[in-house]
Amino acid sequence: MKSSSLRRIGALVLRHYYLFRGSWPRILEMAYWPTVNMLVWGLTSQFLAGDSGWVARASGVFIGAVLLWDVLFRGNLGVALAFLEEMWSRNLGQLFVSPLRPIELVAAMLIMSLLRTTVGILPAALLAIPMFDFSIFALGWPLLAFYANLLFFGAVMGLAVSSLVLRFGLGAESLAWVIIFALAPISCIYYPVGILPAWLQPVAWALPSTHVFEGLRATMLDHQFSSGHFLTALGLNAGYAVAAASLFLSVFQTARKKGLLLNVGE
Amino acid sequence: MTSEPQAVRVENLAKNFGAVQAIDQISFAVPKGGCMALLGGNGAGKTTTLSILLGLLIPDGGKVLVLGQDMVHHRFRVLDRLNFSSPYVDLPHRLTVRENLTVYALLFGLHRPRQRVEQLAEDFGVAEHLDKPTGRLSSGQRTRVALAKALLNDPELLLLDEPTASLDPDTADWVRTRLEDWRKKSGAALLIASHNMAEVERLADTAIILKQGRIVEQGTPKALIDRFGRANLEEVFLHVMRSPEVRT
Repeated sequence: MKSSSLRRIGALVLRHYYLFRGSWPRILEMAYWPTVNMLVWGLTSQFLAGDSGWVARASGVFIGAVLLWDVLFRGNLGVALAFLEEMWSRNLGQLFVSPLRPIELVAAMLIMSLLRTTVGILPAALLAIPMFDFSIFALGWPLLAFYANLLFFGAVMGLAVSSLVLRFGLGAESLAWVIIFALAPISCIYYPVGILPAWLQPVAWALPSTHVFEGLRATMLDHQFSSGHFLTALGLNAGYAVAAASLFLSVFQTARKKGLLLNVGE
Repeated sequence: MTSEPQAVRVENLAKNFGAVQAIDQISFAVPKGGCMALLGGNGAGKTTTLSILLGLLIPDGGKVLVLGQDMVHHRFRVLDRLNFSSPYVDLPHRLTVRENLTVYALLFGLHRPRQRVEQLAEDFGVAEHLDKPTGRLSSGQRTRVALAKALLNDPELLLLDEPTASLDPDTADWVRTRLEDWRKKSGAALLIASHNMAEVERLADTAIILKQGRIVEQGTPKALIDRFGRANLEEVFLHVMRSPEVRT
């Protein structure tokens, strides 16, 4: 990648850093929901631990799952909101008349997603240690594998959502929240895939997130990292990334044909 | 760099939006260092033409060369040499003026963004507002910031859509003077879409009047005034807009 390209990606990341630097409620909001979710599921786990042998065997499984679900959710929002910020501020036309290339915009959104997700999840993960005597960091390097796969899948979903918002306008912005929640039941965050109806299981296995959560349970319950799940998630992610990038570039061309790049904003 | 003598060359440009013919086979050229104005009522095709020239919109037919490059297929070869300002776009309101200009300075690959930002802020009278959020500025101050952004990369071609819309007469005059000075100094070409005929008479070497996506009149402001025997360009414009026939 050329240095001029890196410089433009850096400029866009700087734009979002400026936005957050000037607004502490935005930073607080990033950490707020992951922390609340973690507390609710942590307390529920504690309550169930006395009655359920399965939960008692791995009392942190729900907390680990909820933290990783937030990685997926925040990864998606990180990309989608970075894009929506440009549309809300009617900045998209300005950006695309600068030498910024669409693929550089995508790269900047991915970096923003990584930063937003990490800033959002880290406080919740740290708070789980004194609250529930559970450290997700104890998972070791498999945590990195889970984190990377979920963050990437979330970002890919965010890119697909951004494409739809670019194509259909801000009326479609709620998709940033809706689509990822639709994936939650079939990602099997808190239960094994076998719980799903048989006809739905192939759909679940087609999602990288399902392999990550199955892998998480295998690691926590059986103390065994499943490289099969990891590699499958990685492969699926690569496929979805190519599809989402193609969709974004195709919608960008459509936007250039239909004149959508100037007519955006509230 | 290219030996192309024209900053802009448009041939038989056409663009439809569904059944609406927004641009209908128009051709024109802006020489390097020249200033052309696009005039026309609402929906005449001015903004559509500017969008095509910027590469934001793909035409259905015709040829568009900007600084010698085909804007449909090779826009990235010239985007660092042109710039624009339009009321249809904005800068993020929550960022300060300095932050917004710095981001765009970096996007345009400027090596000393800080000095350039401060110099332009001084030139456009917004130096004291550099650390204020852009959204807290008046519309006149925001227009000046948008123009500062448009000159960050010292463009060889500047496209302006309604550069003085919503400005009071004093500020509008101030902006026109700045643009004249900048053009004299830089030798850059300027293409403006405007409803303000006094502005066009003052800034433009040539003017094109668009109606229903077609060029119905063109010439120097003085030649147009003489041709129609009117006192000023505004009277010419009103006459052309109100006449039923569309010359092709």
